Amino acid sequence: MKILLVDDEQEFVTALAERLTLRDMDASVATDGEMALALIDTDPPDVVVLDIMMPGMNGLDVLERIKSIHPGIPVILLTARGATKDGIQGAKLGAFDYLIKPIDIDELIQKLNEAI
Amino acid sequence: MTFNFKKLLNIKEIFQMLTEVKSSEERYQKLRRNMRILMIGLTIFPLSMMAVINYHQYQRSLREEIITPEKVLANKTRHSFEFFLKERLSLIKSISYFYSYEQLSDKETLNHILYTLKKEFSGFVDLGLINGTDGHQLCYVGPYTLEGKNYAEQSWFQELMLRGTYFSDVFMGYRKFPHIAIAVQRLEKTGHSWIVRTTIDTKMFDNLIAAMGLDADGDAFVINKEGIFQTDSRLYGKVLERCPLKISNAGYATYVDERKDPNGKDIVITYTHLTYPEYTLVIVKSRSTVLKTWYALKSDLFLVFLISSILIIIVVFRLTRTMVYRIKVADQNRESAFRELQHQHKLSSIGRLAAGVAHEINNPMAIINEKAGLIKDIIEYTPDFAQKDKFLPLVMSIVNSVDRCRTITHRLLGFAKRMEVEIEHLDVNELLKEVLGFLEKEIFFRNIDVSLELAENLSAIDSDRGQLQQVFLNILNNAMAAIEDKGRIIITTWEKNINGVAVSIQDNGCGMSEETCHKIFEPFFTTKKEYGTGLGLPITYGIVKKLGGDIEVKSKEHEGTTFNIFLPKNQFLKNGAS
Repeated sequence: MKILLVDDEQEFVTALAERLTLRDMDASVATDGEMALALIDTDPPDVVVLDIMMPGMNGLDVLERIKSIHPGIPVILLTARGATKDGIQGAKLGAFDYLIKPIDIDELIQKLNEAI
Repeated sequence: MTFNFKKLLNIKEIFQMLTEVKSSEERYQKLRRNMRILMIGLTIFPLSMMAVINYHQYQRSLREEIITPEKVLANKTRHSFEFFLKERLSLIKSISYFYSYEQLSDKETLNHILYTLKKEFSGFVDLGLINGTDGHQLCYVGPYTLEGKNYAEQSWFQELMLRGTYFSDVFMGYRKFPHIAIAVQRLEKTGHSWIVRTTIDTKMFDNLIAAMGLDADGDAFVINKEGIFQTDSRLYGKVLERCPLKISNAGYATYVDERKDPNGKDIVITYTHLTYPEYTLVIVKSRSTVLKTWYALKSDLFLVFLISSILIIIVVFRLTRTMVYRIKVADQNRESAFRELQHQHKLSSIGRLAAGVAHEINNPMAIINEKAGLIKDIIEYTPDFAQKDKFLPLVMSIVNSVDRCRTITHRLLGFAKRMEVEIEHLDVNELLKEVLGFLEKEIFFRNIDVSLELAENLSAIDSDRGQLQQVFLNILNNAMAAIEDKGRIIITTWEKNINGVAVSIQDNGCGMSEETCHKIFEPFFTTKKEYGTGLGLPITYGIVKKLGGDIEVKSKEHEGTTFNIFLPKNQFLKNGAS
């Protein structure tokens, strides 16, 4: 399973990628929206895990772009706010689900499996 | 009373009392009492003043009006008496002038004169001629044989000598009829003096009294200056008896006097003195007859006063009761609205703060979580990791702590959540069973006795399923925390009224003090020390209120706690209710 993790918190996203790799998943990392979109264009993943709160282009904008170019790729949103407004907005834009940070790795894996 | 008045007149204080907001029952009682005293005082006082003034005014004018005719009657009758007596006196005087001593000494002539008097004037009984010097009866015509009798030593003779005329008091004369004697002295220029004396019966007195036309309970009589009856009295005795009423001799006017007679009867006495002889004419009437009009008016006045007072008191009592009740309700509404507002305000500011804090903490927490998770993964995935037994528990401790933090921040976020309410038609009984399903394991392991007393045919309500689940879950969690293993929880549902249903969750746990009870819906108040966030019940409260319901708690230390939740059937009622 090819997963793209998008988050501006590099410490968080690299550790998470490493953990998923340990579980035999192909996890790549992007630390901002442009980078993520570029990666998706060159090598489309099976699923994208996307943080909503990012400087520059935020998660919801990135989600919109992904959905317009690759509507088939499921996106799981991450948020530290737990604000459901974001969740609802995400769902409207076609997100598969959303998780609140800090996340439980098992829960994430479960959602990833559901998404594919 | 003066103290009260002083207090009552302090308007400022009264208005302060009226506008004060302090909802103790005592205050309302005081307010009600003061309003009553004030209002009754303000109305009854002028009414009483008016009544008293009217009373006196009427009494004065009516008394005059009532008494004047009595005086007029007395005067008229007195004049009749005086006229009658003067007429008799003049007759005798005329006889003494018209006839000479010699003529009057002739029995024939004297007899003729008496005959004429009897014929023309009523009442004459006898006629006699007495020697003015020695008091010797010279000639006499009449029913007695008085010729030759000497009057010189008698007191009337002395008086006659002094005044020239004489009226006797009434005495029992001929045939036991009351009579009076009239005597006139004639002094000739020669110095020769002689006296003409006559007796007349007093039947005429009775006629004069009868002419007054008194009522059945009225009485009129004549007394002399010693208080001896000169005529019969219907009420107080016969002629020549002593009058039991004390009548003053002094004065020449006509007097009206109110008093009690010897029989204890209230009477009005009108009396007037005859100038000569010294008689007093007395008219007695019963007070109730004389003052009949006044009594009627007085009782009317009193009745009007009484009825008005009663009406005022009734109206004031009802009015103050209603007013104070309204004030009380308004106070309560204001207070509860204020409390509600304060609570909402507190919740929303805490919500914002919580969301901010949670967000700031969640990001570093996520890093700790992932780093620790990675360490854990490395330890687990590396075969024969040196000191695995030492590192793994350490890392697990970090992961668990993060987990605990996560629970807290997630709750904080949940608290801040202002999720749109999703209304659906649901059965509260079913929902409760669902929620109990989540707790099944714990209930089983702790051997908790959960009894359901759910109302059959409980009306379905329109509400938010997810939020209600959270409400019941929160309360059940609290209940389970409060009870020991093998404790008991009773869940009851019933139809509260036409507008809603009620759920009660009762436990037999440790209960709470009254103080705790008051604070449990306050954010950040917890008794669970380390594990509580103090947000569970405030969230519950917030949700129930948001759904248009109400929640109340009753608790007793060491006996248990009961939560009662009321939920409206329709959401549109919520706006009307809040």
